[in-house]
Amino acid sequence: MEHLLLDIQKYSIHNGEGIRTTIFFKGCPLKCKWCHNPESQSYRAEIMYNKEKCVSCMRCLMKCPQKGIVEKDGFYPVPRDKCDACATCVDFCIYGAREKAGRLYSVDEVIKEIEKDKMFYEQSNGGVTLSGGEVMTQDINFILQILKRCDRMGYNVNIDTCGYSSFERFEKILPYVDTFLYDIKHIDPDKHRLLTGKDNVLILDNLKKLNDKNGKIHIRIPVIEGVNSDDENINGIADFIKDMNITMVSLLPYHAIGQGKYDRIDMEYEGTDFSAPGEERMLEIKNIFERKNIPVKIGG
Amino acid sequence: MENRGMNERIKSLRKQSVEAVPHIYIERAKLITDAYKMYEGTVSVPELRALAFKHFMENRSLCINDHELIVGEKGDSPQAAPTFPELCCHTLEDMHVMDSRDIIFFKVNDNDRKIQEEEIIPFWEKRALRSKMLNNLGEEWKKCYGAGIFTEFMEQRGPGHTVGGEVFYRKGFLDLKAEVETQINALDFINDKEALRRKQELEAMKICCDAIIIYAERYAKYAKELAEKESDPVRKAELLQIAQNCLVVPAHAPETYYQALQMYWFVHIGVTTELNPWDAFSPGRLDQHLYPFYKNDTAKGILDDTKALELLECLWVKFNNQPAPPKVGITLKESSTYTDFANINTGGIAPDGSDGVNEVSYLILDCMDEMRLLQPSSNVQISKKTPQKFLKRACEISRRGWGQPAFYNTESIVQELLNAGKTLEDARRGGTSGCVETGAFGNEAYILTGYLNLPKIVELTIYNGFDKVSNQQLGPKTGDAKDFKTYGEFFEAYKKQVEYFVNIKIEGNNIIEKIYAEYMPVPFLSLVTNGCIKSGKDYNAGGAKYNTNYIQGVGIGTITDSLAAIKYNVFDNKKFSMEELQKALDANFEGYEEIHHLVTNKTPKYGNDDDYADDIMKSVFDLYRGMVVGRPNVKGGKYGINMLPTTCHVYFGEVMMASPNGRKAHLPVSEGISPEKGADVKGPTAVIKSCSKMDHLATGGTLLNQKFTPSVVEGDLGLENMANLIRAYFNMDGHHIQFNVIDRKVLIDAQKYPENYKDLIVRVAGYSDHFHNLSKVLQDEIIGRTEQSFS
Repeated sequence: MEHLLLDIQKYSIHNGEGIRTTIFFKGCPLKCKWCHNPESQSYRAEIMYNKEKCVSCMRCLMKCPQKGIVEKDGFYPVPRDKCDACATCVDFCIYGAREKAGRLYSVDEVIKEIEKDKMFYEQSNGGVTLSGGEVMTQDINFILQILKRCDRMGYNVNIDTCGYSSFERFEKILPYVDTFLYDIKHIDPDKHRLLTGKDNVLILDNLKKLNDKNGKIHIRIPVIEGVNSDDENINGIADFIKDMNITMVSLLPYHAIGQGKYDRIDMEYEGTDFSAPGEERMLEIKNIFERKNIPVKIGG
Repeated sequence: MENRGMNERIKSLRKQSVEAVPHIYIERAKLITDAYKMYEGTVSVPELRALAFKHFMENRSLCINDHELIVGEKGDSPQAAPTFPELCCHTLEDMHVMDSRDIIFFKVNDNDRKIQEEEIIPFWEKRALRSKMLNNLGEEWKKCYGAGIFTEFMEQRGPGHTVGGEVFYRKGFLDLKAEVETQINALDFINDKEALRRKQELEAMKICCDAIIIYAERYAKYAKELAEKESDPVRKAELLQIAQNCLVVPAHAPETYYQALQMYWFVHIGVTTELNPWDAFSPGRLDQHLYPFYKNDTAKGILDDTKALELLECLWVKFNNQPAPPKVGITLKESSTYTDFANINTGGIAPDGSDGVNEVSYLILDCMDEMRLLQPSSNVQISKKTPQKFLKRACEISRRGWGQPAFYNTESIVQELLNAGKTLEDARRGGTSGCVETGAFGNEAYILTGYLNLPKIVELTIYNGFDKVSNQQLGPKTGDAKDFKTYGEFFEAYKKQVEYFVNIKIEGNNIIEKIYAEYMPVPFLSLVTNGCIKSGKDYNAGGAKYNTNYIQGVGIGTITDSLAAIKYNVFDNKKFSMEELQKALDANFEGYEEIHHLVTNKTPKYGNDDDYADDIMKSVFDLYRGMVVGRPNVKGGKYGINMLPTTCHVYFGEVMMASPNGRKAHLPVSEGISPEKGADVKGPTAVIKSCSKMDHLATGGTLLNQKFTPSVVEGDLGLENMANLIRAYFNMDGHHIQFNVIDRKVLIDAQKYPENYKDLIVRVAGYSDHFHNLSKVLQDEIIGRTEQSFS
């Protein structure tokens, strides 16, 4: 059984406790306007093209088996309609302007990568985080196989999720998961749809159910100035979770790290006006949670 | 420039140390020459050396710097560098180069030059040990040395890498003199064929005891004179205290913490002016040595932590006042720094195996944090028993970015020493010195003999033993690589090449060591190295309890990736032929961009926890280890290996054309056991995993540099993760790791505007150095090292 992954990242220190290995699945049901990994959104492998590194050597054009690459304004964009991400152009791009996002991995391959860093998990109380894209919308059997093997070896597993999936899936994996890193982007369903493409009904419903089933939950909130940083939204989120058994709320100030990647997959970045709240506002937001006795911190 | 130090005294001493201009101190050369003229031919060689040492100690100028509490300088003032013409007689041209070069210069004044020309050169030109060595070494050796296959440590500096044990904290030199006399009286001239040689050596040791005591007595007198003239009552009392200390030590064992430090410092000055042994003379396990005095003095109420720290800071200034002996030529290239590598190990375990971290250990951390000086190299030993508090405090200092302390693995050190035949207790008293070299402190002469250019040997294998850079046949003809059908055949040829060069190196070492044993004994160093008094043999003649030679392998990252590039592309996947590769290398990859792309970006690389490359690393390492480790040396000991470069990776790169891994001609090769720059793309855990596949326990030390962007190690979390990385690496038997935590942008700016960054210190190899004192190539190399970050 093979599955498409975006990346396996070692020494991941902001996706749960300790030193972790994070498995990034490819494909996500949401389209958050601030997404910093836009290449993780599509459920298919794709070629990324960085114009800044391109020197117009035309090797890609000459080597493409589909003969699909056509020059446009001195550049060589990926022919999205014809491209099957065979990556021949990537192999021949000696300037590193072309990259492939997404690769098939077998369960064994994933486990082998996970095992490589077991010394570090032990030392740091770290482990493995399954992330995305959105892990909960991927092939559940593949995920279960990974989870069961990690469970047998004693590796602590976190699931990093947006919550947009059937609860049945959560139930299946619940016995093998230590902590859910669970995103809440907005408490208002309409605004949520505007910002991410989907409303939050299923997400909040799953969160409640997960809490009822005693799942260990760590809430993560991307905080964007003027978008979801207002008192109303923050209070709404805090009230929603205040009676739940939440281990921690992480407030993650917006950053623009992913912006440059949009152009590489011919997507438009809609977050150019976004910014992070100031330090003072972040402390105020933190304070809102603290007043309701919810454990909270700024950062992962 | 930042003015550091816990109080005004330290601030002013540190300022003096940092601002003094490095200069040649000619007086030693002159006094030694006078002594040779007086005594040579009338006494045995060891006694001649001892009498010369004594003549120097009796007549040399003394120096007590304002406000200082510990006395003694190698020269006439801070940053003075004595010369050693009996070993290496500098020409006037050498003197001119030293005086005028941009970095690592030593100012030479007209008087120095005159004495050199009129007295030193005429006497030593033909008799210096270096000439004797060169006269005796074979043609092959000279060819290989000239072409940069290996370097030679002993052509300008004496055998060393020796670290003080505890003997002189327990015994004074009068006690040692009595021991020597007992040995002389016990000599058996009927049955022992070596009895006369032993007597000569022991007599020489006796003279050295007198010499160091006379030196201290002169200081006592001088301090008293200054006290009499001093109007400030506080300083007057300090000077009288100095005078009193100098009458106790080194004649007698130290009685207080303060005297223990002064004792060590006199021994340091003795060892480093008797000859110029590599790596100065480190105090080694300073916290262990000082702790009994600290406990005793604090119980008596004559010492508190402020005073204890102040005295440590005074000692730190003393180390920093002594630049490494002036070097020229290839020796300068392999070790291009003012640092003399005195390397203090803090923490670790006690001789009974219990945790060695004590109050003085924490004081030493405070001291290094405050002082931020190039010297001494300050490091910590971390064992399984080391408290997390200590480790985190050390991490906290290390992440400030200037590379100290480095971290050593106590369990590995002990195991390495046991593997090399030391007793358990001696192993636990041991540690690392120089950069990362393992030794049984106080008991062992462990001599680094030179670096071996491993990637260059692959280059020669590709060209049938012919060196295209120096344009001559250097190695054996092991076949044209174009004709090899398998990677196995290529590796077999490489093996023959390595064997050939290792043998030439060892032949040369044997000759050089015999010359040292014969002509250049060091009776003072022998006094403080266990085994020498008992055996009546000199340190340089195998007198120490243990005698080890090391050859240091350089460029494991470059060679591994080069062999991986050949195996993966030429043999396994047939991406291009050996002939095409040769053409690409000949052309420095110009016009061969696709091959360059394949070997640079599409080939498995060391440092990514990828077994394809890491297995090759292991094969290279195991072969090298098999060829060197355990071979006998001429002093009755054995050979070992280290994997470290100092600055030699820059020099070794200079003598090389492009390598199969994509490295362009004449650029540095990889340093220590770190991956090639930019090759490690999977983060720090992958680097550590790759490195741990090497059998560290079979070495005498390995060196791993890790560069972090400051954000990776910020906050409590960053500190925690740094500590965890170290523990995990050490659980996998890693020997040493050190960190550079400086933003790349800062380094680039510092290269452009050195005047703004006069006190920017960075980690180079097993030591830190001022960024502005590094060559441009080395600066570029450090800027280019892979920066580990996270997303």
